[in-house]
Amino acid sequence: MTTVMSRPAASGTAPQAPAPVTMAAALNRALADSLEADERVVVFGEDVGTLGGVFRITDGLAGRFGERRVFDTPIAESGIVGAAIGMAMNGLVPVVEMQFDAFAYPAFEQVTSHLAKLCNRTRGRVALPVVIRVPFGGGIGGVEHHSDSSEAYYTHTPGLRVVTPGTPADAYLLLREAIRCPDPVVFLEPKRRYWSKETAVLTPEGPPIDRAVVRRAGRDVTLIAYGGMVTTALEAAEAAVEENWDVEVVDLRSLSPFDDQTVTESVSRTGRALVVHEAAGFAGYGAEVAARLTEQCFHYLEAPILRVTGLDIPYPPPHLEHLYLPNVDRILDAIARLQWESGDA
Amino acid sequence: MTNKARLRKTTPDIDRLLPSTTPLQLIAPDGQPGQNPGGLTFPEPDVLVGLHRRMVLGRRFDTQATVLARQGRLAVYPSSRGQDACQVAAVLALRDQDWLFPTYRDSVAVLTRGVDAAETLGLLRGDWHCGYDPYEHRVAPQCTPLATQAVHAVGLAYAATLQARDQVALVLLGDGATSEGDTHEALNLAGVWKAPVVFLVQNNGYAISVPLAKQTAAPTLAAKGVGYGVPSLLVDGNDAAAVYAAVRAGIERAAGSGGPTLIEAITYRVEAHTNADDATRYRADDEIRGWLERDPIARLEAYLRAGQLLDDAAAGRLEAEAEQLAARLRDRMNTDVSADPAELFEHVYARPTAALERQREALLAELEEAAP
Repeated sequence: MTTVMSRPAASGTAPQAPAPVTMAAALNRALADSLEADERVVVFGEDVGTLGGVFRITDGLAGRFGERRVFDTPIAESGIVGAAIGMAMNGLVPVVEMQFDAFAYPAFEQVTSHLAKLCNRTRGRVALPVVIRVPFGGGIGGVEHHSDSSEAYYTHTPGLRVVTPGTPADAYLLLREAIRCPDPVVFLEPKRRYWSKETAVLTPEGPPIDRAVVRRAGRDVTLIAYGGMVTTALEAAEAAVEENWDVEVVDLRSLSPFDDQTVTESVSRTGRALVVHEAAGFAGYGAEVAARLTEQCFHYLEAPILRVTGLDIPYPPPHLEHLYLPNVDRILDAIARLQWESGDA
Repeated sequence: MTNKARLRKTTPDIDRLLPSTTPLQLIAPDGQPGQNPGGLTFPEPDVLVGLHRRMVLGRRFDTQATVLARQGRLAVYPSSRGQDACQVAAVLALRDQDWLFPTYRDSVAVLTRGVDAAETLGLLRGDWHCGYDPYEHRVAPQCTPLATQAVHAVGLAYAATLQARDQVALVLLGDGATSEGDTHEALNLAGVWKAPVVFLVQNNGYAISVPLAKQTAAPTLAAKGVGYGVPSLLVDGNDAAAVYAAVRAGIERAAGSGGPTLIEAITYRVEAHTNADDATRYRADDEIRGWLERDPIARLEAYLRAGQLLDDAAAGRLEAEAEQLAARLRDRMNTDVSADPAELFEHVYARPTAALERQREALLAELEEAAP
């Protein structure tokens, strides 16, 4: 299904047979393999040591690598990110966990004013290879402050890389790439997909960190999705077959920087585009995507670029979140509004 | 710790952590031996001579920078006049391998660490957000949000511990910064990790216009250390010998795996917050006059002269050296900044993105079109 999984295993590692793997397990493997590959890597945050993280993404790592490499911290998000900055200044590669999206906000100043800017502030002399892992988004029945889609806060900050995987195999690859990257990376993990399985070979070789990937080829319309919405977009694409729409699905992977090339190539070919994300629509990430595509593909477009997003309301309580989240039906309804009567589909 | 152990645990060593109730002092304002030396080690004579020299040079630099700000050669300048002992003594107490984490008011500290005078003023001149290479003298970029650098220092210091390197980080903070959340998080993290950090709070009485009484209800700022399990010292911040000895003690504790130290130094900001501030709106002239009589340079000079460690000839040579420093600084700051617009795009990421390269080309084309 993807270019990622069709790649051969990395040289030096034994070729593996494809096996079912959850995104959580893939992330755990990526952390373990990064700790193994580079002794500068340290993993820390709230509950990531003894417990293995509230989502068990760091399960077993403290025992395997010791408390100097993987450790618990006080509950202090600003301190965790700020300390990671100082550690990176002194030769380490910190990978820190924010327990939940909305609990990362106390670290916002450290992320936007320091982590994102120190390289620039020092004319490139101080590089900060820090990865901030943030479980993000809804769909898990979480109570208040456990379901935010915070990507636009970070993508609006120059100097940060913001990436999010849509599949287990890509979760492994992207996290390995993020940890190897000399730039600071906000790594958004779609927590509703932690337990979704894929039969795959986990390999650190694949498309580079800043490239989008076409997950499903199609001729009529491009669905642009990322994180937890990639699966939803793929489901919608399958459902659209019945309506005779041949839908292409682009998984952005890198929200910042944006891969203009892959996305504009797709939309120029299909002539129709739909951006799907969980976050509220107003001034959301989809606005940037739509604006860029309008600037770059205007003459190829058969219809306005539409967005299927969360509602412009605070994230709802668990019993009402299904009303908020984009789903297959809303995506199909939006596809239907892409002016097919005047087009050539 | 088991729950039973928690129930048994009493308060074992609060006394060990607490600072003195009055500031430690090695040299009194009149240059006579101080009244409250505590356990501080009196610095050697050559150290005292060095402290005096660097304070005189630092003061001249500070005065020159204030003038340059009035002339428009600096975007702004926050003077540290009056805090000379803290600025100089804390930095000279550092070892070569240690790190300094300064704020915007600590330009004299940055200079004293060995950073070139003009590069020190890069941020405040507006050439770039940091004018020097942090790795050259192990000086982090001057931080303007008050306390964010404190957690960086803890991380850097703990990274040294994790890599079995003997390095200590010195964080400079102001009294206002102690109200910021990052000061709390930094002290807490440093305490838990036993990170080799020395926190020096220069309590200069004001956070811009807000006096200490509106900043905190704590008996002293040093007293806050006990809440984090961090041993603390309260010192006379206008006594260079005491500041030096206190920071030195903190560095020795940190280097000996004894963890962090919090030092509060009582001092005074003689100038306004910056050249853009009007201090007459919130404090009286006689208050300033009282502190001018406690001038840290005059105090150490009186001590040195009484001990035959400084004479008129040496003082004269030092004054000439300070004038040379000021003249060189004037020459370098009175030239126009020659910035390369293309560089704006170079250090956003390790390598410019395709989108940034397009923006750079657009800006350069715009500039070429606008050129006469």
